[in-house]
Amino acid sequence: MTATTPTTPKAPAPRGTSADAGGRERVSAFWSLSRAMLLGMKRDRTATFFILLFPLVFLVFFGGVSKGDHSPHAKVAQVGAVKLFDSIQGPDRAGLDKVLTITHTDDEAATLEKVRKGDFDALIKQGADGKVELRFTAADQVRAGALQGILNSVVQEANQAATGQKPAYVLDSQQVEDKSLKPIQFLTPGLLGWAVATGAVFGAALTLVNWRKSKVLRRLRLAPISAGTVVSSRILVSLVTALLQTTVFVVVATSFFGLKLTGNWWLIIPLVACATLAFMSIGLLAGSVAKTEEAASGISQVIVLPMSFLSGSFFPMDGAPGWLKTVSEFMPLHYLVSSAQSVLTRGGGVMDALPTMGGLLLFAAVLTGISWKLFKWEDA
Amino acid sequence: MTAAISADGIRQRYGDVQAVDGVSLTVEAGEFYGILGPNGAGKTTTMEILEGVRKPDEGRIELLGMAPWPRNPKLLPRIGVQFQASAFFRKLTARETIRTFASFYGVGPKRADAMLERVGLADKSETLTDQMSGGQAQRLSIACALAHDPELVFLDEPTTGLDPQARRNLWDLLRDINAEGRTVVLTTHYLDEAEVLCDRVSIMDHGKILHTGAPAALIREIDDTVRISVASGQLSLERARELLTAAGADLATLEDDTVTLSVSTRLPAPVLSVLAEQNALRGLEVRGATLEDVFLQLTGREFRA
Repeated sequence: MTATTPTTPKAPAPRGTSADAGGRERVSAFWSLSRAMLLGMKRDRTATFFILLFPLVFLVFFGGVSKGDHSPHAKVAQVGAVKLFDSIQGPDRAGLDKVLTITHTDDEAATLEKVRKGDFDALIKQGADGKVELRFTAADQVRAGALQGILNSVVQEANQAATGQKPAYVLDSQQVEDKSLKPIQFLTPGLLGWAVATGAVFGAALTLVNWRKSKVLRRLRLAPISAGTVVSSRILVSLVTALLQTTVFVVVATSFFGLKLTGNWWLIIPLVACATLAFMSIGLLAGSVAKTEEAASGISQVIVLPMSFLSGSFFPMDGAPGWLKTVSEFMPLHYLVSSAQSVLTRGGGVMDALPTMGGLLLFAAVLTGISWKLFKWEDA
Repeated sequence: MTAAISADGIRQRYGDVQAVDGVSLTVEAGEFYGILGPNGAGKTTTMEILEGVRKPDEGRIELLGMAPWPRNPKLLPRIGVQFQASAFFRKLTARETIRTFASFYGVGPKRADAMLERVGLADKSETLTDQMSGGQAQRLSIACALAHDPELVFLDEPTTGLDPQARRNLWDLLRDINAEGRTVVLTTHYLDEAEVLCDRVSIMDHGKILHTGAPAALIREIDDTVRISVASGQLSLERARELLTAAGADLATLEDDTVTLSVSTRLPAPVLSVLAEQNALRGLEVRGATLEDVFLQLTGREFRA
């Protein structure tokens, strides 16, 4: 076979302005890129499951397990010595411990503040004159009443004992289950935070690595669109995902698990939005460093899972050692979870959410700056 | 008229490997230009440098009179790049894919759909890209590269992995693209493809361009070796060698791969007469030199695709 093609270069044929034929249609690279990503995600059933349903499975699971745990304890902070309590020993003491968890503190003002915030149910102290003072939060009438009843009986018993007489009447105090202690109030903000963190970190990291590997990133680079368009449409997609997760979570928790929302619950929306940016920046960093999807997924998991445990997503950090609490203060999720708890279930206001939002945005800015330095268009 | 591409002294090194070692080339506007070489010759790296996705260690490049590096938004709408691997967004249909890419260039859905029809994928427009065959994915990739009507098109091994039918369909499409006046730069490791499609070919190996010219001219430049082959089993290899040597034939190669007995020679007449005398002409084929022979001549070794 010999070559049959002409050996001289062809003269360029006159080229019609075919791009303009039929009139210019208006298109937006931003919307069409966002749409492409959302469609891709919607059709990826595994991704949808892990982003939307998997966290709900956790909610159902934890919610169900915790329901069986009839924790009767009221948390009382004891300031200084309270002879009334300290003198109770032996089997009577065990009985008291059944209904009350007594924490010893010295700082009355700070403890009173904690009572206000709901960290303690009541504060108790005893003056030199033997007067026992109880300061309790009125947030929950039932609990306050129960607590008063218990203490009253303790005082009466003590008084009675002081007279040396055999009691004519005996009051048998029983634990009172407090409805507001429902774990859902605690679980919803925590698991929501975990779900949002997972979605945003994995989403950003895997998208970046997948685009780099499949050369979509190169295609974007060779197209006349700005980096801003690409980044902002990816942010839009992550925000849509996170707000969808929030909606599903709050709706399911209120409708099926009896979550009671407090006044400023809508603040969860800007909070989640800011947190999404912070988590995306973590994902961006992971995706900039990782070469394969497996690596990106591994790095993301190594960050998200410990962060979730340390941030109190699954269980409270109250009992954790101090150094672990310090570590958790470096985690953006810690702030999202505590602010989300505050606005969703503890009646927190704008001032509870604003500092967190500012901090999350700052975190996002710093990490994005670092990723910018480490970012690679190509594998090699 | 400025050349579509002019590159001078491009060098690129990856660690110990000099991937591109001083490549200079000029592609005229409207030309169909091929870079031919085996895998690992440096074709893809050269293309990436020309496209502007890689900064060369050394060298100067101009596309349509502009430097491709750093990223030049004025140049980008005028070039189209098709990728070796099909780079698409996940879980999108063919139509959604091309519309998305077209939108980056301000090209609307109507024109994007028209391009899909142009490459013969109108009936596959609702198919997800990950369910398309290799040939369909390649055609979609080419359609995406053409949707914004670029003047200069880069195609990196567009027919690799396609069946013969799909290859030929794609060749027709590529010829049409070029006939419309677009400059096309193509890399391939198929000699026949370069021979059929390209106005000019650069033969590349070990990061260097060995020779550039029109395929037919390249072939004519080398000695006219003729390759003669007949079906196996009519004449044993030993007997053939004995007879042909006796007849004074100049044998470049003589081999029998159990399907065909083939001879390369500069003097076909004595070979043909020996075969005729032995009545061993079943399945006779006589073929002139090809780019394969050019490659062999230039590198001193067989072309390894």
